[in-house]
Amino acid sequence: MHSDLASEAIVAGSTSQSVAGATPQSTASPSLRHVLSPKFLSAKARPLGKTENQAGRLILFGVIGAVFWLFVFGMLYRLLKYFRGIPEIGALLAAKLLGLMFVSLFGILILSNVVTALSSFFLAKDLDLLVAAPVDWLRLYGAKLLETTAHSSWMVVLVATPVLTAYGIIYQGGFLYPLVAIAAVLPFLFIPAAIGTAVTLVLVNIFPARRTRDILSVIAVLAAAGVVLLFRLVRPERLARPEGFRSLVEFISLLRTPTSSWMPSEWVAQGIMTWLRGDPEILHFYLLWSTAAVVVVFGAILHRWLYARGFSKSQESGQRWVRQGTLGSYVARLLTPWGVMRRELVLKEMRLFFRDTTQWSQLILLTVLVVVYVFNIKFLPLRGEGVTFFLANVIPFVNLILAGFVLASIAARFIFPGISLEGRTLWLLRSSPLEMRQLLWSKFWVGTIPLLALALILVFATDVLLEVSGFMMAVSIFTITMMTFAIAGLALGFGALYPKFNTENAAQIPTSFGGLVLMMASVVLIGVVIILEARPVYQFVGARLLHADPDPSALWLGFGGATLICLATTFVPIRIAVKRMKELER
Amino acid sequence: MIELRSLTKKYGSFTAVDSIDLSVPDGELFGFLGPNGAGKTTTLRMIAGILQPTAGTIHLAGIDLAQDPLAAKSKLGFIPDRPFIYEKLTGAEFLRFVAGLYGQDGDKVEHRGRELMALFDLEEWADELVESYSHGMRQKLIISSAFVHRPEVIVVDEPMVGLDPKAARILKDLFREYVKRGHTIMMSTHTLEVAETLCDRIAIIQNGRIRSVGTIQDLRDEATGGGGLEEIFLKLTGERAARDAMEVLDA
Repeated sequence: MHSDLASEAIVAGSTSQSVAGATPQSTASPSLRHVLSPKFLSAKARPLGKTENQAGRLILFGVIGAVFWLFVFGMLYRLLKYFRGIPEIGALLAAKLLGLMFVSLFGILILSNVVTALSSFFLAKDLDLLVAAPVDWLRLYGAKLLETTAHSSWMVVLVATPVLTAYGIIYQGGFLYPLVAIAAVLPFLFIPAAIGTAVTLVLVNIFPARRTRDILSVIAVLAAAGVVLLFRLVRPERLARPEGFRSLVEFISLLRTPTSSWMPSEWVAQGIMTWLRGDPEILHFYLLWSTAAVVVVFGAILHRWLYARGFSKSQESGQRWVRQGTLGSYVARLLTPWGVMRRELVLKEMRLFFRDTTQWSQLILLTVLVVVYVFNIKFLPLRGEGVTFFLANVIPFVNLILAGFVLASIAARFIFPGISLEGRTLWLLRSSPLEMRQLLWSKFWVGTIPLLALALILVFATDVLLEVSGFMMAVSIFTITMMTFAIAGLALGFGALYPKFNTENAAQIPTSFGGLVLMMASVVLIGVVIILEARPVYQFVGARLLHADPDPSALWLGFGGATLICLATTFVPIRIAVKRMKELER
Repeated sequence: MIELRSLTKKYGSFTAVDSIDLSVPDGELFGFLGPNGAGKTTTLRMIAGILQPTAGTIHLAGIDLAQDPLAAKSKLGFIPDRPFIYEKLTGAEFLRFVAGLYGQDGDKVEHRGRELMALFDLEEWADELVESYSHGMRQKLIISSAFVHRPEVIVVDEPMVGLDPKAARILKDLFREYVKRGHTIMMSTHTLEVAETLCDRIAIIQNGRIRSVGTIQDLRDEATGGGGLEEIFLKLTGERAARDAMEVLDA
């Protein structure tokens, strides 16, 4: 009897009125603050998490952040101080510079918001909960828009802060200046966020979300590659030459025209600059805030109209069919003598790489990086008169250093994430009779062989362009080969030491703490190898030029040391990685 | 056969598995029951070589897992509770890859893979990417992968989660047939009906310790009062079920 009454009461309470004595149940949608509260709580909990070397990480990030800020601030401060000393056009130049900065930031923000909105509005793990709960559409839009804006804009705020501080100090913005800057920048961040979100919303309604992610990652990479390529091919250094300007009047009139009076970037720049010049124009702020309000309202209307359909579509499963390439069967045949286990590991690595758009699309950026690199070398004024013997022999080493940096950044992109990407499937590898050594070495070779091919092509091509001697060519080829092995070893080692197992996007792994440490370690390695080799090589070549009998012992010592260091840097990190993988409990 | 001697796993000061002794002979299907957080998954993941024991030994088919991990693991098939697999491989490629990890390839493996996929109605999906599979289909694929290399011992964590009734039935038949051929299965489950009908012997683990082990009849005798496995389980683990539920709903 008691039981019957109780269950009746529960049913009654859940459908209409509450049971006597209980708090009346509200059917109102949870507030925006409530919807966002898990994000705040997670952000608050993160620094307290039990991550290893937490203090070390914070200090390192703090130092790097401070150095970056000081560097940007210092550069801008010097430049603006110089501008301020130029009568007439100084202020114009400063305004133009600010306008250019904001126009580039605007482009970056649109792109970054489109990509971020896809995650936060359609693919995030909390969406099942939020969409199933009685959350009002407007609050969902508001919460997710704020989340998207925060995720895509923090980097921009980080860059803009030292820049705007330098402007404020040089042009004596006064104590109200920080508020003015915030009033200008804040709506500037929301405009691309609302536009980007709307673009994503429309795209998801046309394509399934998972395909949209693929399409967007290619578009984003192509856009970034295009900007880099365009910037380089235009050869901006030529514009700095004074003979490039036909007349001062023409130059000033060019400076006076706004970058584009319809762009929010121009409103921010003008809003800040007019304040700094002591003649504030409220129109720019009015334009910024009203446009932000309009795009957010339009975004909300579009969200109400399209979100439910888009979200439903985004739940569709991923790609089904896959084309069986001939490359796979060719590689399989090639690897057969190495044993079944190795062959299957290598094939798996290749398939996963070429079928993951976020992974292979980075090859586009890589190609651009190489083109820009070779292009730079081609246009270096290194031949002809005035080029000393010293310079001619230093340049191949500088080339090696730069090629080393390129290789390190590629290793960080492609080899470093290898262990992290195994995260969720480690159970399979750990429970099978596969030796961790074998897994790591197969990852090493899969990453190193293409890297080595690229390194050799890069160094050979640039050395040919630099017209170096046969001896220098041999030195370069040998060094870059050794460095490639060492950098690949470091990438695998740090990949195992600092894995990011829970990330959904492979492209985010290289920018993690481990990726940063890898880049620093690579820089040290490249530096040490070049220091060990450069001096004996210079002495050797110098002696030969003077027809003296060169003493090869210093050469042997230098190269022997460099080789030993490279070999140690190849094997020791892999040994550490094997040990770490054996200890890993996942 | 699986032999655990004084198997212990500690996470800091917390003891997840506390000196377990168990022996599962060849040809036995052994059930591992216990409340949430009792130490079932930790034990199974130690047997699979994923977690390292703090103390104690594990022997698989007579081989010490700590002394010769590769040889021991080559005798094992493991089915985890969460079906995470490579999203960008097709089902057939995944099975081929798993067989390769055990050093097996060729027509026999291909044939076995196709047969296993057909058994679980995955034949049509064999050449499609895993990312398009449902939760249950992934589970079926992982189960197939545990059988593809013909292991002597299979360790399964919650095999029935996500399976449709037909697949669940097929799996039960497969397990029974497999142990009939002299192999060993150790399985954790919350589905007491499955444990009752399928397992030769059952162990009940609580707070990291074996609370009771034996056939259903042994457990019934120990629980004094008989009844089904659910009653025995609740009595042995001391769970306060129905009375608490009433109190909570009335609160």
